[in-house]
Amino acid sequence: MVVKRTGNIVKFGIPWIIPAFVLLLWYLSTRPGMNNTLMPSPDKVIQKTFEMIKNGQLWEYLSVSTVRAGKGLLLGGFIGLTLAFLTGFNRILDLTLDTSIQMLRTIPVLAAISIMIIWFGIGERVKVYMVAFGVFFPIYINTYHGIKSIDKGLMEMGAVYGLSRFRIFTDIILPGALPSILVGVRLSLGTMWLLLIASEQIATDAGIGYMAMSARELLQMDKIVLAIILYAILGKLSDAWATWLERKLIRWRER
Amino acid sequence: MIEVKNIKKNFGKHSVLKDVSVKVEDGQVVVILGPSGSGKTTLLRCINFLENADSGRLTIGNLEVDLKKSTKKEILNIRRRTAFVFQNYNLFANKTAIENVMEGLVTGRHVPKAQARERAEEALNWVGLSDKFNYYPAQLSGGQQQRVGIARAFVLDPEVILFDEPTSALDPELVGETLDIIKKVAEKGITMIVVTHEMSFAQDVADKVIFMDGGIVVEEGTPEVIFSNPKEERTKQFLSRIISLDPNYSI
Ligand SMILES: Nc1ncnc2c1ncn2[C@@H]1O[C@H](COP(=O)(O)OP(=O)(O)O)[C@@H](O)[C@H]1O
Ligand SMILES: [Mg+2]
Repeated sequence: MVVKRTGNIVKFGIPWIIPAFVLLLWYLSTRPGMNNTLMPSPDKVIQKTFEMIKNGQLWEYLSVSTVRAGKGLLLGGFIGLTLAFLTGFNRILDLTLDTSIQMLRTIPVLAAISIMIIWFGIGERVKVYMVAFGVFFPIYINTYHGIKSIDKGLMEMGAVYGLSRFRIFTDIILPGALPSILVGVRLSLGTMWLLLIASEQIATDAGIGYMAMSARELLQMDKIVLAIILYAILGKLSDAWATWLERKLIRWRER
Repeated sequence: MIEVKNIKKNFGKHSVLKDVSVKVEDGQVVVILGPSGSGKTTLLRCINFLENADSGRLTIGNLEVDLKKSTKKEILNIRRRTAFVFQNYNLFANKTAIENVMEGLVTGRHVPKAQARERAEEALNWVGLSDKFNYYPAQLSGGQQQRVGIARAFVLDPEVILFDEPTSALDPELVGETLDIIKKVAEKGITMIVVTHEMSFAQDVADKVIFMDGGIVVEEGTPEVIFSNPKEERTKQFLSRIISLDPNYSI
């Protein structure tokens, strides 16, 4: 019991040693008397956080950004999944589309932002579309790969059992492709925040990217640092969500 | 009884089965031997309609069908009478051992779930996996997975079970236990066609050994005759190669 508990402390404690050390360094390097025009002290950031929680701004920015990210993820994910299932199963569509998609993929997604602004303006849509555009590729490519790597023997097994097309889809294709699809989802989450933040900094009136951008113009270091911390937390949360999803959906993979 | 008559199969220009005929009486075990590429897998796959033969006839029990021009209903009927044990198991990765065994009963035979579960449990017990009902294939060793594969075939109570190199994907130390299970199936009196290079297994279990090469049956006979007194030069050469590779085997 005791041994196990120490084991847990070690297991969950060790990963936090470096973050704690960085925090300590940060604190020490910004103590009164030190030069802190380039970096605000932790207590200033904490103070700012409480201030923004009280006036409701923090919650507003967070929810605006999260909703945008979610919309973009759903849109890009839906298109990616659908297209991958089409090209994955239909040879003609595969030949028509796959090469083009692979070519589009080589464009650095951020390079599309200017043209997106011209097309869609600087409003809400451009952010959602940028995110959708970015998450499309990892989801498409991994779903496509997942479908292509479905065990042919299992498809035959399905035929031997006389499974309906629907059952072949739900019992063989989906479980077969799912691990790969989830890899796509996980990769797309990183891209999702990156693109959202980039597009929010360029043109916006709310969201975390806006918060960082406007703070930069007013040289509010505490707000900039807070924005960065929020990104880190959001990134970590979405990663945890992806892990949870994998556990939930593909428990048969665990050894 | 299962009989294949004059089956032919080409892949493009490549003639893989050139007029092969095989007959297995009820309760008999036939072992098919032959070098890689000689058409053994293709033969089994044609019997189960996983591959479409170019010509030939197939009889299982009282049902005779044309291997080239068969109706959907005939195919389904043949598949109901046969079961296949694959070299690489082909288990559903997202289903537990017992669900894998139940699947064919529930989907293929429309057996009620509760009854299917009962029969699946029995079959898994019988292959020695009574403690692994709820394990996923990824949690089982190769030998255990193949035992699920065998239970899954056996539970359907088919007229004939087709084994395609059931132990060749296994680690050497797992081959024996798997062959023992297949022997148990044979002792139940189920008609079987087994493609394998395990000579001692053939010696113990087979009523008849068929040697295939280049898409034809070169020679067939009892294991005693084929192993100790083969007539054809090709059979002799093949056997001497196999025996030199198999340290367990001695006549
Ligand atoms: N789907 C296929 N398409 C083309 N050629 C095939 C196909 N399946 C098998 N073959 C060819 O048929 C021959 C016999 O294969 P197979 O029946 O698997 O032999 P064995 O099981 O005896 O090793 C091989 O030359 C193989 O390359
Ligand atoms: Mg083969």
